Amino acid sequence: MRVSKRATSAIALSAAAALVASGCSSGGGDGDAAGSKDGSIVIHGVQPENPLVPSNTTETGGGKVVDWLWTGLVEYPNDGGAPRNALAESIDTKDSKVFTIKIKKGTKFHDGTEVKSKNFVDAWNWAAYSPNGAQNGSFFADIAGFDKTYTSDPDGPDGPQKAPAPSAKELSGLKVIDEQTFEVTLSAPTAVFPTKLGYSAFMPLPDAFFTMKPEEFGKKPIGNGPVKFLSWEDNVLIKLTRFDDYSLRDKMKIKDVDVKLYQDETAAYNDVLANNLDFLETLPTSALAGDKWKTDLGDRGLNTTTPSTALIAFPMYDKRFQNPKLRRAVSLAINRQEISDKIFFGTRKPADSWANPLTPGAKPGNCTACKFDPTTAKQLLTEAGGFSGEMVFYYNSDSSHKEWMDAVAQQVKTNLAINARAEGVPTFAVFRQNVNGHKMTGPYRAAWQQDYPDVENWVNPLYVTGGSSNDGLYSNTEVDALAKQAGAAPTLEASHEGFAKAIEKVDQDVPSIPIYFYGQQSGHSEKIKKLELNNVGELDITSVEL
Amino acid sequence: MGRYLLRRLLQLVPVFIGTTFLIYALVWAVPGDPFAGKCGERRCPDQYIAFMTEKYHLDQNVFVQYASYMKNLLQGDFGQTFSQREISDIILTSYPNTLKLALVALAIEAVIGLGAGVLTGLRRNGFLDNLVLVSTLFLIALPVFVVGFLLQWLLGVQWGIIKPTVSSEMRLSELIVPGFVLGSASVAYIARVARTSIAENRRADYVRTAIAKGLPMRRVVGVHLLRNSLIPVVTLLGTDLGALMGGAIVTEGIFGINGIGRQVFRAIVTKESATVVGIVVVLVLVYLVMNLLVDLLYAALDPRIRYE
Repeated sequence: MRVSKRATSAIALSAAAALVASGCSSGGGDGDAAGSKDGSIVIHGVQPENPLVPSNTTETGGGKVVDWLWTGLVEYPNDGGAPRNALAESIDTKDSKVFTIKIKKGTKFHDGTEVKSKNFVDAWNWAAYSPNGAQNGSFFADIAGFDKTYTSDPDGPDGPQKAPAPSAKELSGLKVIDEQTFEVTLSAPTAVFPTKLGYSAFMPLPDAFFTMKPEEFGKKPIGNGPVKFLSWEDNVLIKLTRFDDYSLRDKMKIKDVDVKLYQDETAAYNDVLANNLDFLETLPTSALAGDKWKTDLGDRGLNTTTPSTALIAFPMYDKRFQNPKLRRAVSLAINRQEISDKIFFGTRKPADSWANPLTPGAKPGNCTACKFDPTTAKQLLTEAGGFSGEMVFYYNSDSSHKEWMDAVAQQVKTNLAINARAEGVPTFAVFRQNVNGHKMTGPYRAAWQQDYPDVENWVNPLYVTGGSSNDGLYSNTEVDALAKQAGAAPTLEASHEGFAKAIEKVDQDVPSIPIYFYGQQSGHSEKIKKLELNNVGELDITSVEL
Repeated sequence: MGRYLLRRLLQLVPVFIGTTFLIYALVWAVPGDPFAGKCGERRCPDQYIAFMTEKYHLDQNVFVQYASYMKNLLQGDFGQTFSQREISDIILTSYPNTLKLALVALAIEAVIGLGAGVLTGLRRNGFLDNLVLVSTLFLIALPVFVVGFLLQWLLGVQWGIIKPTVSSEMRLSELIVPGFVLGSASVAYIARVARTSIAENRRADYVRTAIAKGLPMRRVVGVHLLRNSLIPVVTLLGTDLGALMGGAIVTEGIFGINGIGRQVFRAIVTKESATVVGIVVVLVLVYLVMNLLVDLLYAALDPRIRYE
């Protein structure tokens, strides 16, 4: 699905580029190329929530800028394929437990200091030391010694007790060998570990970071990526410019990138229409209605899919939802195709698999509960003993979820003949508070975007007991065992096979129901002649040509 | 006059404390844990929540929080947002923008509203009067966001006369359209109040006297009539500045202006009492000072009014 989508947009773009190229060839083509080399673009952004420290950035506003400012050990190709080495020269392991990581020589941070193995080890130790309060701290849980540096609050953050001070300041599993080499020992074999290394939590930090307060650093971040940071005016503009000493593959083809921070996507959309803004990643819903964007933008519009899935999760701690037959009945009663066509005008695809099919290792079509089969659904409901009372589907109403959640509830009501409706919770914060606190009294909306491209990321956090986003408290010892086995497999292929087996078990239990795969509609100005989107649909600024 | 001023200034103190406490308590009472939605679909690490709770005294009750906030405020410390940004910086960067926008709106209001009011007040029931009546009715009926989106789309996207959003330099020429949008409803009110006031005073004794003693019409209208008819208009304009600044959120959003509206909205949603109160404190001061100025202006406009 992705290949064809990407291919169409690529063709449209190259056609535009060809037109321009032929137009230029009669006049001085050289001058134009030089203009492109020193050219600048203005792209859409959202005010980052926190100072820009990679291991403390979890939202997309800041995450995007962090992705541009840093280059990690591995990178994820734009076509969604398997990760490849970026800053790493080699990542070697014999048993998927001890990894020897060699980094390329002579690459620099934006302040001119060299990127050494120490910069990784120190950065990871800082993030894994829980009193530093890094939001991404749990990403280091694979590494040996994590339980010593990262302690959690015994009675939760609301309770009177405080987390005990960690007994160690550094992860015992990290060891600097020489300036370019370090060794990572995991607490258990994890085949997917090298894949994770491209996620922003694993970025190196320059020595300067450790001499100042993290929030001071985060206001003027120093990375090692293709662009460096110039200035940040809150809610207005973040200015980035090409880092001339950058020596890795993805060098910038233009010079300046201004990230204009918008509060309203419609304003940004109008700016794109007027060529006042060069790139907008997500077009506003108002532009999608009736395919308005296609007529507005023509070949300046891009249509892609992103590795994100919208789900409805069941609160497994509520007795009424503990029968897998009932859960399957609800899932089979939903006509995903109709929701995709009528509510999203085809911009989102009906979900038919547990992991998003764009993810390496995911198997398309493996969700047997994702079909539309009202007859079986009714039969299963009878077998499950029916459903008494009201089934309320919850969503946060500060984002546009009302329409499709209403449709889901209506379909369940019609097809199962039970009393179902959808109810909005005013804000995402209140919604998540109830979800985190396990206080939901009905199925609720959820969404998952992969952190790193591997099917493991669609199983462990969501369906394994105690997973970081397993908010519905689903627990199946068979799934746990299979996932553990798959995670510890010696190769990625074997690991993917293992996770496929775990997913088969999940499929029988239906702890949540995938509804649709996200699509992404973006727009760019006439100025941009070539661009690519990365594996999660963000602009790859190094691909931009004018 | 001096005693009056002093009395009015002293009255500001309880009003100030009352409003700030009310706002602080209201934001505090907004449901939702500020850190519940901060880490997306994952719950935030306990350590992060504990770290932030302690840093912002969120485990204390609202009175203790408010007291410690006021103590810092009186020392000139507005505190920090949950993203560890200085609130005083936010106030310093966003206030001038909103103030500029509101002043442009106020100027447009005064010029168009007063102009239309005087013309229609002098020639009642003529064609112009009816035209203004209908068009002001139209402006009052249209919500700000409709006017805003319409003008942005028409002038910015279709005709390309203006840029759809305001650049970070906030040039005066860029602010004319947003200013008109923000002030559009008030233009209508000003025009109508001015019209009524002029029409009423037109028949007053002093106007008849002025005409009878042979003054040129320009002087009768410009000095005698207008000055005395300005009192309700000035009241409206003066209190409107505060309303324009506080109500600019929609206009700011449409035209991408980094003003106080979006800051307050963001802060309310994320339960950042300190930011909301910090911004509103200044807004309350604007209201109070404008009210005082309007009251003092009465005396300048109408010699019959004196303050003791």
